[in-house]
Amino acid sequence: MRRRTVILAGFLLLLALVPRLLPEFYVTLLNYIGLYAIVALGLVLLTGVGGLTSFGQAAFVGLGAYTTAYLTTATELPVWLAPFGASPWLALLAGLVLTAVVALILGALTLRLSGHYLPLGTIAWGISLYFLFGNIEQLGGHTGITGIPPLSVFGLEVKFGREFYYLIWVLLMLTVWLTQNLLDSREGRAIRALKGGTLMAEAMGVDTARSKTVIFLIAALFACLSGWLYAHLQRFVNPTPFGLHIGIEYLFMAVLGGAAHVWGALIGAGVITVLKQWLQDLLPKLFGSSGNFEMIVFGLLMVLMLQRARDGLWPILARLDSRDGGNDRARAAPHAEPMPKKTLPPSGTRLLEVKDVTKKFGGLVASNKMNLWLQSGEVLALIGPNGAGKSTMFNCISGVDSATSGEIRFLDERIETLRSREIARRGMSRTFQHVRLLPTMSVLENVAIGAHLRGRKGVISALLHLERAEEQRLMAEAARQIERVGLKEHMFDQAGSLALGQQRILEIARALAADPCLLLLDEPAAGLRYLEKQALAELLRKLRMEGMGILLVEHDVEFVMGLADRVVVMEFGEKIAEGLPEQVRQDPAVLEAYLGGVA
Amino acid sequence: MDLQIALLLGQDGITNGAIYALLALALVLIFAVTRVIYIPQGEFVAFGALTLASLQAGKTPGTLWLLLGAGVAIALIDGVLAFHAGALRRLPRVFLWNLAYPLVAAALVFFAKPAELPMAAQILLSLALVVPLGPMIYRLAYQPLAEASVLVLLIVSVAVHLALVGLGLLFFGAEGSRTPPFSDASFDLASIRVTGQTLWVLVSSSLLIVALYVFFDRTLYGKALRATAINRVGARLMGISTIMAGKLSFLLAALIGAFSGILIAPITTIYYDTGFLIGLKGFVAAIVGGLTSYPIAAAGAILVGLLESYSSFWASAFKEVIVFTLIIPVLVWRSLTTHHVEEEE
Repeated sequence: MRRRTVILAGFLLLLALVPRLLPEFYVTLLNYIGLYAIVALGLVLLTGVGGLTSFGQAAFVGLGAYTTAYLTTATELPVWLAPFGASPWLALLAGLVLTAVVALILGALTLRLSGHYLPLGTIAWGISLYFLFGNIEQLGGHTGITGIPPLSVFGLEVKFGREFYYLIWVLLMLTVWLTQNLLDSREGRAIRALKGGTLMAEAMGVDTARSKTVIFLIAALFACLSGWLYAHLQRFVNPTPFGLHIGIEYLFMAVLGGAAHVWGALIGAGVITVLKQWLQDLLPKLFGSSGNFEMIVFGLLMVLMLQRARDGLWPILARLDSRDGGNDRARAAPHAEPMPKKTLPPSGTRLLEVKDVTKKFGGLVASNKMNLWLQSGEVLALIGPNGAGKSTMFNCISGVDSATSGEIRFLDERIETLRSREIARRGMSRTFQHVRLLPTMSVLENVAIGAHLRGRKGVISALLHLERAEEQRLMAEAARQIERVGLKEHMFDQAGSLALGQQRILEIARALAADPCLLLLDEPAAGLRYLEKQALAELLRKLRMEGMGILLVEHDVEFVMGLADRVVVMEFGEKIAEGLPEQVRQDPAVLEAYLGGVA
Repeated sequence: MDLQIALLLGQDGITNGAIYALLALALVLIFAVTRVIYIPQGEFVAFGALTLASLQAGKTPGTLWLLLGAGVAIALIDGVLAFHAGALRRLPRVFLWNLAYPLVAAALVFFAKPAELPMAAQILLSLALVVPLGPMIYRLAYQPLAEASVLVLLIVSVAVHLALVGLGLLFFGAEGSRTPPFSDASFDLASIRVTGQTLWVLVSSSLLIVALYVFFDRTLYGKALRATAINRVGARLMGISTIMAGKLSFLLAALIGAFSGILIAPITTIYYDTGFLIGLKGFVAAIVGGLTSYPIAAAGAILVGLLESYSSFWASAFKEVIVFTLIIPVLVWRSLTTHHVEEEE
């Protein structure tokens, strides 16, 4: 960690010295790299981390640039707009508000659809805005707006490239800091779960549509900030730098640099900007005619990158610095005052009541008029041969899937129409038959996602790291659950590096971190060794003693019979038996289902 | 606007709409089979038209160099792969399609004096030069990433689009071209003049749509493509090569694109970058169909064409804005009818 700090300090010092050391040309180049990096950083958050993408970032840059250009140069502003024209800083505020409104509308339209509608929507938006800029007379048409006033900071005019350099890079470092803060927070974990973990995140109570909107909004606001800087650096704007092709270039910067890493944005912006400069000199000479031939090279380069090094340049650079890491196990588990726990309902309270629940997939009836109930302080096992409809039942109860008909009550409230995150909020938590973890995140962070609903602080406090106290308590809570299930020595390992059985145990810790009163476990003992199974049984008994209700799907009959208070047996989507473990074991229908009636 | 102008605009709209419909069908086809959102489709429109224009002007079309270059690249890659796999009997086939075929095409361009050939032969030669680029692009850009996410494939599409537009500029220059119409015939219908080219567009796109229908419904390859579209793994287990399916769908799309370009080249001037906007309008139509329904996409295309031609009359500067805004109500409708949380692959 200290090595990283030294590198960062060195980098910042170098940045501060650059305008004193380098000639004007390079300062200008660095100014543009900084401007582009701010936009690319938004895309790192959106594309690399969140798995969404936008080709319309240039249009958001344009929105920022044109807003300030119009407000600070127009002679006759409408009365309600006039105050914003008084200073570029107020114009920035107006630009950010306008951008936020546009981004929210675009997001509302596309973010709930499958992933490719957002990029397609942003292509349409990028083109439309470009043509609008070019055709609105008040915005100067294709010639644009000139005479934009310079910026002033604390009364000092920022007129020259060398002065502007500091403004750009300070703001860039600020956006980097904000982004890193956000990613390292409760909201950040929800955002990082978007790529490949939406179903799990929803089941843990995360509103994934909201998380998507948040990152789309932040990316748009960063782009707007960059546009505002651009307008006051250039002192004039026209539509060209805000067209779709520039939007595509921004995306390339993020992908090339390493779309999942904040510093990748800087690398990508740097490489693409310098390369473009060089190619624009070289290629026209080579081909004997003028034109934007650099896009041929960029296109080919991008295809090659995606085929050969999809994670971009940053991970390759970071690998050079391979000395840190490895000693993570020595790190201390986070400690803090425990979070408040909900009081569990008194033993014997009826937690769950499933009445006549039917689930059909087209013509297939996966679950037919199923009935079951469960009270607190009880372990109910749901068993049956493969394909009996047990996991379907689980999905209907936890809201991951919706039942075709029937009634499900949880704590005396009907929940069959609720979404999984709303059910999670009411105190039910689950694990998945096919583990759903975020393999590149640590065990601790994975478990902390389970505690998502126990935190209150939102995006703003996360951006500014004002939620550290709460964050510490969440992490401590996650650590407690990890210790409880016996994964303490793996706390800081990547979740993907665990054995499958341990990953299942991790899922239990994650479910427990939500502080549930009803726990749904889908084959928790699969892949566990004998001693591990015993430890798991011990843990479940303890939870039962505390008053938790546990619904268990499991194939290991010995495990089930030694633990369950009652057993429900399913076959072909129907209940064929129910009762105490001993009774079920003797039941002819059950023997028929499992052994084919030989007995 | 009087009736005559309305009819004229309607005719324009339907003609353009027919082209958008063809492109929309190609886009839906490619998306269904390979999950690729095929942004470069528009470039094939421009390449088809400009290749024909070059041949007619007695110039060597730049697409020939692209065909030769891509052929050599694939021959090298597949040759080395076959060599390492010890599958040398694959080589003749690789060399035939990627080296011999482009060389024969080059010989035709250089020695057959294309400028003096009848127009039908020029069109065939243009298609012969441009259409193979489709499967070649699939081989080079997409096949190595066949299992990647839709998002990665989309970024690849955008990259390929960018490279092709740049190449288009290099090959054909910044000036636009227009080719002579297929026939000079024209006749009057209800007080408006219908040109022969309009009829060509309408008749040949209808024929092409019918041909596609027959292909998908009646032939084994068509059924294989449909099977791949429904379930890739299942199709592979049934012995359908997904690589073959990918190449075939890219071939069809390239054919549709290049032919569309040739059809409209006499009606409108085509520049190296015209294809992109035309392709995107095909996309708007395809999105109307949710990227899955052929008939709805075709109907959407006619709607886009009409909207475009009428808005060019009322507010010509904002024509593009209006057309692209059309996807907003479609997206609203889709987001209101989609409910469940989806896991991205």
